[in-house]
Amino acid sequence: MSLMDFFRNRNKPATASVAKERLQIIVAHERGQRSQPDYLPQLQQDLVEVIRKYVKIDQTDVQVALENQGSCSILELNITLPDR
Amino acid sequence: MAKILVVTSGKGGVGKTTTSAAIGTGLAMRGYKTVIVDFDVGLRNLDLIMGCERRVVYDFVNVINGEASLNQALIKDKRIENLSILAASQTRDKDALTQEGVEKVLNELREQFDYIVCDSPAGIEKGAYLAMYFADEAIVVTNPEVSSVRDSDRMLGLLASKSRRAEKGEESVKEHLLLTRYNPERVSKGEMLSVTDVEEILAIRLLGVIPESQAVLKASNQGIPVILDDISDAGQAYSDAVDRLLGKDVAHRFLEVQKKGIIQRLFGGRE
Ligand SMILES: Nc1ncnc2c1ncn2[C@@H]1O[C@H](COP(=O)(O)OP(=O)(O)O)[C@@H](O)[C@H]1O
Ligand SMILES: [Mg+2]
Repeated sequence: MSLMDFFRNRNKPATASVAKERLQIIVAHERGQRSQPDYLPQLQQDLVEVIRKYVKIDQTDVQVALENQGSCSILELNITLPDR
Repeated sequence: MAKILVVTSGKGGVGKTTTSAAIGTGLAMRGYKTVIVDFDVGLRNLDLIMGCERRVVYDFVNVINGEASLNQALIKDKRIENLSILAASQTRDKDALTQEGVEKVLNELREQFDYIVCDSPAGIEKGAYLAMYFADEAIVVTNPEVSSVRDSDRMLGLLASKSRRAEKGEESVKEHLLLTRYNPERVSKGEMLSVTDVEEILAIRLLGVIPESQAVLKASNQGIPVILDDISDAGQAYSDAVDRLLGKDVAHRFLEVQKKGIIQRLFGGRE
């Protein structure tokens, strides 16, 4: 790197490192989604509809995730109810 | 045993066809009977890059439909012995390629060739899926740029879960990273992801780095695979990649900024 580059880079952050950070986050997220079974989105949808019969919630208020631990799988449900 | 090699990427315009032509030609030059198959139905281009566009009579879909025999459709390269091309169809029918049809043709190709190089279309839809489905090895072509890296990772996900090897529970498809259109100068300025950055994110073995090079356009203008331009940086980088693919241990080149010599500096060194 020349002296000129040094001064130029001092003011601006290197955009490549921004790109790398963003990629690491999105790729990790998408890999996590990939290992989930195909039925999860439908299951989430069904759960939202059942709960909506009783409480007004948003699509995103129900989160489902499947975690594998050895020979058993744990279905994790996270339902956020509106403020009382 | 014949090997099926897919050249894939997810994203379009990253250098899959350039790479298929170069790697296929390189394998044939090293004595392997090689065929390069264009899977880009509707957007045939491999024939132009290989310089045999005027010799296409029958294509991949004709063979699937039984309108021509495989040997009628195979185009023998005029420069390199052992090298043939199977052109894509220009049809607009997206369903022209079927899984059974592709399998039948690949099985027939296996009997004649050592390497079957499949030039994948862009995307993750049917064409790209069929190109990668039967693969033994995959060359994932990636540019040092966010959307290309992300799409490559998606393609790796597909290879790991939806390929024939994955479905049959066989040994997984061997994955190779080929980083193309690399610009060491921009990397050194922090404007472009570096080889190490991309390797770290995708976490697959690095097959090679092909520099951004004027030789690629020059070669495609003339219908000559760039690997035949053996004094060009891109040609040499592809040649190294072929050697690595065949198991040779070759040091990576063209990763650093090339210092311009005094002559080049005086005369504005373009070439
Ligand atoms: N290493 C390289 N240096 C410069 N240009 C390149 C390089 N690799 C590919 N290109 C150019 O990029 C464009 C897309 O390449 P192509 O091989 O057709 O990509 P794809 O098959 O992935 O769509 C072409 O114009 C090609 O000449
Ligand atoms: Mg192409």
